[in-house]
Amino acid sequence: MAVLALSLPRRAPSVIPGFGPTLGFTLAYLSLIVLLPLAALVIKAAGTTLEQWTAILSDPRVLSALGLSFGGALAAALINAVFGLLVAWVLVRYPFPGRRLVDAAIDLPFALPTAVAGIALTALYAPNGWLGRLLEPLGVKVAFTPLGVVVAMVFIGLPFVVRTVEPVLHDVDLELEEAAASLGADRLQTFLRVILPAVLPSLLTGFSLALARAVGEYGSVIFIAGNLPGVSEIAPLLIVTKLEQYDYVGATAIATVMLAISFTLLLAVNLLQKWRRAQMGG
Amino acid sequence: MSASSTRETPPVRWGLTLLALAFLALFLVAPLVAVLAEAFAKGWDAYVRALSGDDTWSSIRLTLIVAAISVPLNVAFGLAASWAVAKFDFSGKSLLVSLIELPFSVSPVISGLIYVLLFGLQGLLGPWLAENDLKVIFAVPGIVLATVFVTFPFVARELIPLMEEQGREEEEAALTLGASGLAAFWLVTLPNVRWGLLYGVLLCNARAMGEFGAVSVVSGHIRGLTNTMPLHVEILYNEYDFVGAFAVASLLAVLALVTLAVKSALEWWHRDELAAAGH
Amino acid sequence: MIGFHEDEARSLLLAALFAVVLALGLAVLMPGAQAAESRTLLNVSYDPTRELYQALNESFIKQWKAMSGEDLKINQSHGGSGKQARSVIDGLEADVVTLALAYDIDAVADKARLLDGGWQKRLAYNSAPYTSTIVFLVRKGNPKQVKDWGDLVKPGVSVITPNPKTSGGARWNYLAAWGYALDRNDGDAAKAQDFVAALFRNVPVLDSGARGSTVTFAQRGLGDVLLAWENEAHLALKEFGSGFEIVTPSLSILAEPPVAVVDKVVDKRGTRAVAQAYLEFLYTPEAQEIIARNFYRPRDPEVVRKTAAAFAPVKLFTIDDVFGGWRKVQTEHFSDGGVFDRITAKK
Repeated sequence: MAVLALSLPRRAPSVIPGFGPTLGFTLAYLSLIVLLPLAALVIKAAGTTLEQWTAILSDPRVLSALGLSFGGALAAALINAVFGLLVAWVLVRYPFPGRRLVDAAIDLPFALPTAVAGIALTALYAPNGWLGRLLEPLGVKVAFTPLGVVVAMVFIGLPFVVRTVEPVLHDVDLELEEAAASLGADRLQTFLRVILPAVLPSLLTGFSLALARAVGEYGSVIFIAGNLPGVSEIAPLLIVTKLEQYDYVGATAIATVMLAISFTLLLAVNLLQKWRRAQMGG
Repeated sequence: MSASSTRETPPVRWGLTLLALAFLALFLVAPLVAVLAEAFAKGWDAYVRALSGDDTWSSIRLTLIVAAISVPLNVAFGLAASWAVAKFDFSGKSLLVSLIELPFSVSPVISGLIYVLLFGLQGLLGPWLAENDLKVIFAVPGIVLATVFVTFPFVARELIPLMEEQGREEEEAALTLGASGLAAFWLVTLPNVRWGLLYGVLLCNARAMGEFGAVSVVSGHIRGLTNTMPLHVEILYNEYDFVGAFAVASLLAVLALVTLAVKSALEWWHRDELAAAGH
Repeated sequence: MIGFHEDEARSLLLAALFAVVLALGLAVLMPGAQAAESRTLLNVSYDPTRELYQALNESFIKQWKAMSGEDLKINQSHGGSGKQARSVIDGLEADVVTLALAYDIDAVADKARLLDGGWQKRLAYNSAPYTSTIVFLVRKGNPKQVKDWGDLVKPGVSVITPNPKTSGGARWNYLAAWGYALDRNDGDAAKAQDFVAALFRNVPVLDSGARGSTVTFAQRGLGDVLLAWENEAHLALKEFGSGFEIVTPSLSILAEPPVAVVDKVVDKRGTRAVAQAYLEFLYTPEAQEIIARNFYRPRDPEVVRKTAAAFAPVKLFTIDDVFGGWRKVQTEHFSDGGVFDRITAKK
């Protein structure tokens, strides 16, 4: 019904044609490919009684899996926000040899299949891998621990931050920085007071996209996580585990919770962007 | 003139650059090198032999078929959606954009699960499909559907901000001068967004070929029939054929690299146009 | 002008909807997995049987050609036993299922009614044409001196096993350890539970399948002992070379991986005769020898005698004797909130 309400919009008159067909096609395709199948999930979950819901969602194993998925994704998104901003800054502001190549390589996690990424990361960070061997004497264990989960999530989330921040950094007005400098601000102050506020909304967008993507990540994480219940088991794996025990109720319940959180996140991001545009426009 | 006031000192610049590069080396380059190193661990001959199996070829063929169906579908959708969203004002736009982006943040496992719940034998439409002898999941259609779902937002998400940024004046001018709506789209809008479109198509294609989680749930894993390349990687890995697994993986990695190279090359050749377009 | 635009809009809308319907229609009607013309069988099996069925299929295809003149193609699907059963329940059209444990075929019978509940009586030896058991794979020279189940709970011994919730092999591992502890403690279930809990405290990684665990142990270098199917342990020795050795415990479980024809599927596809012949072939001396060559324990008394040297003698108990059958074990130990959940939650 929400979809129907969408298609009867109050729109400003425009001379541009094609509103009906394009929106119609968009809604039809969206409904068929995304909404209808997701509705199947919700229907299945709706058949679950309240007691079943409470039982599933108060299971410590489920809670700790959700906690790891969201906590790990949050940590990874924070790391990506810091280093993504740094990478974007370096790519935009500092010309260095091979910059184009590096810039192109940022999209690698978008393009590399997740299972391949997972196997490669495991091979690197296992105690006998190239990097794991160096970290082992320091007492740092990456593969088969929650830390490994975070590493995989950093990998898949990085491009989201860099790609949303880059264009905004391009547009930051140098004159503003000059003005700040002439008013006696040092470089760090200029960065904190002038540049950071300008890129903050896009940084938040990138952060949320990286977060949303990492929460649901499966392929790259299961290889490197130890998958121990309550320690290094992620929520998507728990869904798969429940499915394999023919527990459709449990699987759909966890899936529905994850879906609701992801959608809320995305909606928040888009409202944030709308708000930013309104700010910039006004 | 006042460049020094908006530039960091060289040590800071080099420090930051090195830090950024070190981070990228650790998280981006190392995994890629690991894939290639494992694939060639036993030399070129072993690599070629690993790629020449029948099952490997059928997985490559299936992957190409799946991408060939799902990418055009999502391109058509992306164009329509971005036109509707960018060229018109209507209420509920944020909701619509969020719904379009939703598949991005739906766990791939859930993406597969929803099709099982819909088309599986125990699902909503399963019994009807079985009676009419239609196969969706555990066959090519299910793999295509799951792939379409996972790659759904790529083109639209690339085009919507681009078209919004470009506004409506040019199309309005063309229409005022008597061009038809389609002509305005073909001659004004499309040239303006073609780089974004291309970028979206390339990423959509890369993801379509590389999807693992969602496809794994609906595939059935029948050797030589319903295994895509990423699934075949897993199978070979589970057969202790590490050279074979990483060899197929390296094809996918090379595909990712070629995708990125094509994108960069196109941007490079057309940099003047891009600059003129203010991109 | 406005009227023209609305007409155009409507026609485009129709065209667009038509395109979507057409595309989806094509996607649905596209030739599926079963389109091949020659006769095919789909055998949905569990992870460690890849090499076994590759060899068996080759031999059966020849035999079937000689018997019926028909060209037969046998398609294979492998994965975790539970996942494979779930796929069959959800509509993967398996003519025969050859899974790791009877419970998974029971699930296909119970939840999808694709075969009769009494399937296990149809073929000899509980419908299990081969058996296996659980042994230990340790690193060369056995540095931690792991000789029997009791050594696995010692501090500092790191044990690799897959997750019993997702892996059939891991359930056999778990039950073998439980049965050993029962035997040592005069049937005291509380002590057995403590023993298994202690064992799982020594497990640093739970892969979802048997193959994943072997890779973790052999390729990634984690752990001191791998609990594995006997056939997997031998295969790992072959694949990963000389860095490992097999330790056979004093007592272990008789694992009976069963096979069954999926009635509803073979009747629909008209493959009952060949599917039945395929499973009966598994009991023939020819197949039994292939089975023994792939390190599964054969059933045929003659082949057992001939190949006895390849299998270490070990005292075996059955799941029916000690645990009262799979359905009981599944609810008590592996269902949500069962014993396994309780002992791993205490970590």
